[in-house]
Amino acid sequence: MLLINCPYCGVRPELEFAYGGEAHLTRPSPAESLTDEQWADFQYGRTNTRGLHAERWRHARGCGQFFNAVRDTTTDQFLCTYKTGEPRPNLPSAGGGTPR
Amino acid sequence: MRRFSGLSLLLGGLSGQRRWAEQWRSPEPKRGYDAIIVGGGGHGLATAYYLAREHGMRDIAVLEKGWIGGGNTGRNTTVIRSNYLFSESSALYDHAVKLWETLSQELNYNVMFSQRGVLMLAHTVHDEQVAKRHIHANFANGVDNEWLSAAEAKAFCPPLNIGTELRYPVTGGALQRRGGTARHDAVAWGYARAANALGVDIIENCEVTGMRRDASGAIAAVETSRGLISSRRVAVSAAGHSSVVMGMAGVRLPIESFPLQALVSEPIKPIFPCVAMSNTIHAYISQSDKGELVIGASTDAYTSYTQRGALHVSMHTLEAVCELFPIFRRLRMLRNWGGIVDVTPDRSPIIAKTPVPGLYVNCGWGTGGFKATPGAGHLLAYTIAHDEPHPINAPFTLERFAAGLLIDEAAAAAVSH
Repeated sequence: MLLINCPYCGVRPELEFAYGGEAHLTRPSPAESLTDEQWADFQYGRTNTRGLHAERWRHARGCGQFFNAVRDTTTDQFLCTYKTGEPRPNLPSAGGGTPR
Repeated sequence: MRRFSGLSLLLGGLSGQRRWAEQWRSPEPKRGYDAIIVGGGGHGLATAYYLAREHGMRDIAVLEKGWIGGGNTGRNTTVIRSNYLFSESSALYDHAVKLWETLSQELNYNVMFSQRGVLMLAHTVHDEQVAKRHIHANFANGVDNEWLSAAEAKAFCPPLNIGTELRYPVTGGALQRRGGTARHDAVAWGYARAANALGVDIIENCEVTGMRRDASGAIAAVETSRGLISSRRVAVSAAGHSSVVMGMAGVRLPIESFPLQALVSEPIKPIFPCVAMSNTIHAYISQSDKGELVIGASTDAYTSYTQRGALHVSMHTLEAVCELFPIFRRLRMLRNWGGIVDVTPDRSPIIAKTPVPGLYVNCGWGTGGFKATPGAGHLLAYTIAHDEPHPINAPFTLERFAAGLLIDEAAAAAVSH
C-alpha cells in the first residue's frame, strides 16, 4: 500500500485517498467553439505517462481536499505532493523514471 | 513443422522427452518486412498467424521486447466468455469464442480450451435485473446465457455458499455454458509455432524505441533495440504500453494503464467445476488444470506500469472468495502478481486504422483481453490486409470517442470486466 503525503494532513495510507487522474487538464473555453475532436481529446485523451506523472488525489477519508502529486509510474514512488492551483514542480526525472 | 499426433507424443515419451525440436526459429531481424506486428503476446502472434494463413502474406515480423507470452498473455486469469450486453460487443467476443472452439485442431496444439461454463452471480434485485437484461440481449444476438436460481447455481457449482447468513446472499446467477478457460501459455506458444511454420519471423528481446514516418506522414519504419526495420504496415498490439508505443508515432490514445492483480493458491485436487464471478462483491475464481485456484482481483486505483499492486486490493477479493466459498478459507496463496491493462473510457477495445497511414492499432482491451485473443488477431489481420476494418470490428474505432458512438460496456456492467 502506498503512503501518501497529504499537503494538509501529512503522511497517510493509500486507503484514505481517492485517485483523481491526470492533473493540470484545463477545461477549454469557449466550449461552443471547439471541434468534436478537441472536445473528445479534453474528455478522453490522456498522456498516460510512463515515468513522472502529475496527478490529482483527494484525501477522501480524511480532510476531503483535492491536491496534486508527482509520482513515478515505473516505480510508484511519490516525488512530491502540492496544493491544487500551484504549478507542477520542475523535477529531474530521477530513478527508473525516464519517460519513454 | 513436425505435426503433433498421438504417435509423436508416444515416441517423445519413449525417448525421455529429450528429442523435441525448437518450436519456432529465433531469426535475426531483416532490414524490412511487408508487415510488422509490435507485441508478441497472444493478440500479436494471432494477428501474424491469420495474416499469413488467411491473407497470403508471408513477409511478417512479430517484435517482442521480452519473451513470447511474458506480458499479459502469461498474467491473466484465462477466462473466456462472450455474454456482453451490446450487439457490437457480443458479436466481437462471440467471434472469438467460435474460433476458440476449433483452435486446438487448427493450430495442431492443445490450448486446453475447456467450456466449463462461466457463472456470474447476482446478490441483489439490481444484480438480477442487470443479469436478466444481459440474458435477453444475448438471446437476441444468438449468444447463450441462462438464468439459474440460487439452488440451481449451487447444483452447478457445489462449493458455492448460498446461505442467507451472508452479507450479500446469492440470489441466482447467469450462466454461459460455452464460456470457460484455456491454457494461456499454450495459446501464445501454439500461435507462435503455427505462425513460424508459415514463415513469420518471431523476434524476441527486440524493443521498439521509435517510429519513423515519411514525408506524406505514412509509417515507414520502426526503430528497435536491434536496429532499424522498415515496413509500410505496422500494427501495434502492445496492451498496457499502447500509449507509449503509439506516442512514438504521434498518436494520442484515450487510454489509461492500470495494474490488474491476480493470484493463485497452492494446487489441490479438482474441486471447482466452472468459472464463478461476482461483480457486486468482486470475487473471481476458477481452477487450473494444475489444480491451483486462479483468482482475479481488481485494478489498483492509480495508473502505473509497475506490474504489481497493493495487497489490500488482493485482500478485498480474497475476503469475497472466502465468503462465497468458505471451503477455501484454509487454503494458502502461492503467488500474486500484476499485469498492466489498457483501459478505455467505455471499456471496449479499439481495433482500427489510425490517423497515420499504414499504422494500425489493437488496444484498449482493459481487464478482459485474453478471451478475445483469436478474434482480435483475426480481425486485426483483416484490417491490415484490406486497409479497412472487418464488419465486426468496424464499430471499434478510435474516432468513436469524438463521434459520441461509445460502446459503453463500462456502464452496462458497472464494473471493470
